[in-house]
Amino acid sequence: MSHEHVEVRTGTYHDSVTLMQASRSVASVDGVVAAQVAMGTPLNVDVLQGMGFSLPAGVGASDLVVALRTDDEAALAAGLAAVDAALTSRSEGTSASTAEPPRTTGIALRRNASPLAVVSVPGPFALAEAMDAVAAGSSVMVFSDNVTVAEEVALKDAAAAQDVLVMGPDCGTAVVGGVGLGFANVVEPGPVSIVAASGTGAQQLMALLAHGGVGVRHCLGLGGRDLSAAVGGRSARQALTALAADPGTELVVVVSKPADPDVVSALEHQAAELDLAVEWATLGPGRPDLTSAAERVIERLGGHTRLWPSWGPEQPRSPGHALRGLFCGGTLCDEAMLVAGELLGPIRSNIPLSSDLALDVSGAGRWDAGSDHAMVDFGDDALTRGRAHPMIDPSLRDERLAIEAADPRVGAILLDVVLGHGAHPDPAAELGPAIEAALDGASQLAVVVSLTGTPADPQGFGRQAARLAEAGAQVHLSNAAAARAAAEAVRTKEPS
Amino acid sequence: MRGLLDGAPSSVVTVGVDLLAQALDDQAVAVDRVDWRPPLGGDAVAGHLSAVLADARRDAANRTALDRLLGAEAELVDVVPASEALGLQRGTFLHAGPPITWERASGPLRGALMGAMVLEGLASSPEDAESRLADANGVTLDPCHHHHAVGPMAGVVSPSMWGFVLRDPVHGGMAFCTLNEGLGKVLRYGAYGPEVIERLQWMARVLGPLLQQAVRRRVDTTGPVDVRSIIAQMLQMGDEGHNRNRAGTMMLVRELVPELLELGAPSGDVSDVVRFCNGNDHFFLNLVMPACKLALDAARDVPGSTMVVAMARNGTDFGIQVSGTGSQWFTAPANTPDGLFLGDFGPDDANPDIGDSAITETGGIGGFAMAAAPAIVRFVGGEADDAIATTRRMYDITLGEHPAYQVPVLGFRGTPTGIDVTAVVRTGVLPVINTGMAGRVAGTGQVGAGLVSPPEACFTQALDALAARAR
Repeated sequence: MSHEHVEVRTGTYHDSVTLMQASRSVASVDGVVAAQVAMGTPLNVDVLQGMGFSLPAGVGASDLVVALRTDDEAALAAGLAAVDAALTSRSEGTSASTAEPPRTTGIALRRNASPLAVVSVPGPFALAEAMDAVAAGSSVMVFSDNVTVAEEVALKDAAAAQDVLVMGPDCGTAVVGGVGLGFANVVEPGPVSIVAASGTGAQQLMALLAHGGVGVRHCLGLGGRDLSAAVGGRSARQALTALAADPGTELVVVVSKPADPDVVSALEHQAAELDLAVEWATLGPGRPDLTSAAERVIERLGGHTRLWPSWGPEQPRSPGHALRGLFCGGTLCDEAMLVAGELLGPIRSNIPLSSDLALDVSGAGRWDAGSDHAMVDFGDDALTRGRAHPMIDPSLRDERLAIEAADPRVGAILLDVVLGHGAHPDPAAELGPAIEAALDGASQLAVVVSLTGTPADPQGFGRQAARLAEAGAQVHLSNAAAARAAAEAVRTKEPS
Repeated sequence: MRGLLDGAPSSVVTVGVDLLAQALDDQAVAVDRVDWRPPLGGDAVAGHLSAVLADARRDAANRTALDRLLGAEAELVDVVPASEALGLQRGTFLHAGPPITWERASGPLRGALMGAMVLEGLASSPEDAESRLADANGVTLDPCHHHHAVGPMAGVVSPSMWGFVLRDPVHGGMAFCTLNEGLGKVLRYGAYGPEVIERLQWMARVLGPLLQQAVRRRVDTTGPVDVRSIIAQMLQMGDEGHNRNRAGTMMLVRELVPELLELGAPSGDVSDVVRFCNGNDHFFLNLVMPACKLALDAARDVPGSTMVVAMARNGTDFGIQVSGTGSQWFTAPANTPDGLFLGDFGPDDANPDIGDSAITETGGIGGFAMAAAPAIVRFVGGEADDAIATTRRMYDITLGEHPAYQVPVLGFRGTPTGIDVTAVVRTGVLPVINTGMAGRVAGTGQVGAGLVSPPEACFTQALDALAARAR
């Protein structure tokens, strides 16, 4: 007889990655049918309810919820033991030193000065930690999302006064002096520095440059909002000034999601005054995509652009009519919508290019775009509140892949996979079987993957590409090429 | 840009998801991990915390408040009755902690008020006093803190009680505290029996006037006694200035005995006074408290400052005041101390936390200087290492270190001083207070001593108020 166990533990806190790892190891215990160990954030409550667990009233974001469904009582006991083992092994690991560990960034910096801090606490608490770093005269990368615009502005103004840089909030990627912070690909040192209001956009650019033989010196993330009118390019201004004074930087590439035109033109003006060589890869309708920006950079530095590599079936097979993009990277999603949109027309999204295309994805996996083309960014704030980023925990996207594949109207599914430090250790091992399952019996369907990575990335770029291709996906290094292929697969098909 | 682009960072502080720290480990970068946890109050305080931390005035305001606190000095300038020092009128009684009414007053505060009514001749017996207090007939209660005064335990001050007057020559402040009555069955612990009243009468008749003459003579001849200097010395002699004041008491007596001997007073009175002071290891506490009060009053009312300027308890509520929020109290039900008990007393006999003496911790000594007082560590529960760990932990919630108050065992590091509301909320580390324990039932007296912490809600409320004023 099946056993269901829901337990709320108060006064306990673990970060979402630790909990995801715990959930996974508990789910693998014999006799455990379903397991979720998570903080009781609204999104997680939704997920738990979606799994059929009923929760007591009043569960809040600071409560730890342990929910297990098992075959029998013995399995329940084993599952709970696995929960405890997963949650305690970590605390033993971190309390090895005899001195009490610092509880805030300010305390850590008071004890030992560091030039740099990386903040990834839940967004509402990120300002406190980042402000500590700024006050101590350290630059800071704010990985956390869900930080308000007002907080971002206050933080960046304080940083300018202290002559330090705030990278973020919601900054996924940076490389400083060869050290990758957050999600970062392993790149050779070189003459190009990147200023990026876009994490996956910067990664795509670094990957393309690496394949073109061009190395990278620094990649300074700004956070996706820095080039908005509200934030006004505050960090970008500081970054350009600093890079102009950096003797190792020959050429700067500014990469961004669709940005405020006035902010971009002010930065262009600043770059001209600084006499700084800059290539602009600020995405937007009618503007070049990241691949063509990379080609320009490579040519400018005297290199040669090659044909960007791809793997898997030449022609996607017998497609239906609707395109679905399921993305971990927001900029990759933006770029894919711009590229595919030129071929297909309007694409609905949770990060739409215009407001009339908005797709409501609240309620985790339960939206329906009908017969329309749609692309979803699973890394968007609304889908990461209280959860790990999909580049670490792709489970929400994997679930959605199965739902879309089962929809006879869907002809092509476009997915991104991003490698490098911080990302999933072996994404193809998880996504490969999911793609095989999706293609199994779905003769109308094509799967196209945009694979961002460099040959030196820890996951093994060639191995990842081969595994995904073997599962039946067409795999591209160029995200723009992947979007074009997916769009071509459904072009000219009429809704049936 | 401060060396960010010069090369690989020498080390990186990480806070949050451990995966990002691991990625740095994998690249052989030195990582300093923060053991982060959600702040007191959880998600509900996040917006307030950000608003306060983003307040552009905060850094400078806290520096100003801390500079004033650390720069304040304290001189003993006089000994006078409360009626003279504070203009206290018959029928008005001061008490420890935030404001309270007779209805909500705890046993020890009620007992002390009953005794003071008898002392002032406003009641014929404790029972008579109790009924008059219950009727509130011609009786006014007000916190000591509202009158530049501090009261130990129940902290009851009535017009005829004598006390020390301290002055801060740097900022010009004045602070008052009654003379310490000794231990056991005493008014401040809520006892009001005949022996308590008789002792208070002797203090008003003999002790107060003789100390007054000695102190005034001292001021006229060699100048006022430097109380801050004695506190600095006592910390290096094994006192922490709250639960242990033995060295401080001896140093005070040493300062005043020559003056007492030269007053020409009856030798029996002089020896009674010296014997009384010497026989009470806490005699000097009533000078430490107003010295701290002077320093914290100097730090009041700095807009934008998140520094705590008073922690005080009335036996029912714990209250704090903050520099940036004026005279507003942030209160919550007081906790009951944890510690050791006298005689047959046990935890059920103890009253919740009471007294203005937490002004010592607010000023950076007492529990904050625990590492300086190995002898009391066991008394308040623990080993010497615990004392050092306690003081070390307090650095995490304070704005600075006191240059005058140093701890030998910590390499003469200054004591952690200037409690920061935001640091308490963020770390969840609460101030440690060394304290006496009063009996729950009026008339009992002292039942023990131990450690106590303020309720978290005092700090989250203060944060709310600071956020409402943030710019």
